[in-house]
Amino acid sequence: MLRSMRADLHIHTCLSPCADLKMSPSAIAEQAKLKEIDILGICDHNSAENVPALIKAARKFKLNVLPGMEVTSQEEVHILALFDTAEAAFKLQQVVYDHLPGENDEKAFGMQVVVNEKGEVLRFNKRLLIGASTLSVERVVETIHSFHGLAIASHIDREGFSLVSQLGFIPEHLMLDALEISPKTSLEEAKSRFQNTFPFTTFSDAHFLEEIGKACTCFYIEEGNTEEIRKALQNEEGRKIIH
Amino acid sequence: MKLREIIEKLKLKVLTAQDKLETEVSGGYTSDLLSDVMANSREGNLWVTLQTHQNIIAVAKLKDLAGIIIVNKRQPDQETMKKAEEEKVPLLATELTSFKISGELFELMRSKD
Repeated sequence: MLRSMRADLHIHTCLSPCADLKMSPSAIAEQAKLKEIDILGICDHNSAENVPALIKAARKFKLNVLPGMEVTSQEEVHILALFDTAEAAFKLQQVVYDHLPGENDEKAFGMQVVVNEKGEVLRFNKRLLIGASTLSVERVVETIHSFHGLAIASHIDREGFSLVSQLGFIPEHLMLDALEISPKTSLEEAKSRFQNTFPFTTFSDAHFLEEIGKACTCFYIEEGNTEEIRKALQNEEGRKIIH
Repeated sequence: MKLREIIEKLKLKVLTAQDKLETEVSGGYTSDLLSDVMANSREGNLWVTLQTHQNIIAVAKLKDLAGIIIVNKRQPDQETMKKAEEEKVPLLATELTSFKISGELFELMRSKD
């Protein structure tokens, strides 16, 4: 049955060096439940290592978790990747890791904590997750699609790390599934500022617990998975974006 | 100053648009944010950047820039080269960093004033 599902598909965890250490799987799941979110997208910078813990932590709250990543292209454009399984996210992670130079400096950028569902520290990720991969934006989108994921350009209204700030305008040949605008820009404003044919979504880009759900997109769909969301973005079979 | 003269003095390698080197260069602009180049570069500027994405050609065309210097031995991809040739935008390459080539370009143009 088709129903309205509230999605915040851009949430960081304590694995992202710039995110709050309080962003543990159970705290995120609890907060999402409080904010009446149905679908969570877990998108740490260039890594998906906290996805399994989140899937487990979200079970008791009956939340849908979409495993994902926020990939940094060589142009320093951020692209959200969303999948249905952790395995698919890990396939993308492997490609990104193979093209991600550098080592993290905790003092400069922050800690990168891999945890279990109870929030217990399993290890520290040593890679430079805040850095840019050597993959072009086209290659990032192609790779996401090759693993059947959704590719969404992050916060295109921001002055840094967005498709528009880095590349001036949205390359028309880029096969994006949607564009994301940040909570500070309204949908009407975004539509007039970035005139194009891609569907618009808005998510929180939460780095702190209180930011979760600050911006959401409601989809009229049957299930909280990428195939249903893809149909909603394309306005197919009665699926749609309600906002 | 003519683009051809700058190319010779700064030992730039011409990658595309060999027949568009007689343009008068009005100054330089150094930036890797294409949104910034669209907002702040001026007609006839020689643009110094490390970006190699094909959007650089559209920006150069839109702003009527004299050419683009790609720094740090970076190699533009095939699509960018093809677009540059089609749109007749001179793509120039240097092994120097943005800092060094911008400094050299600045000195060269100042000496001609």
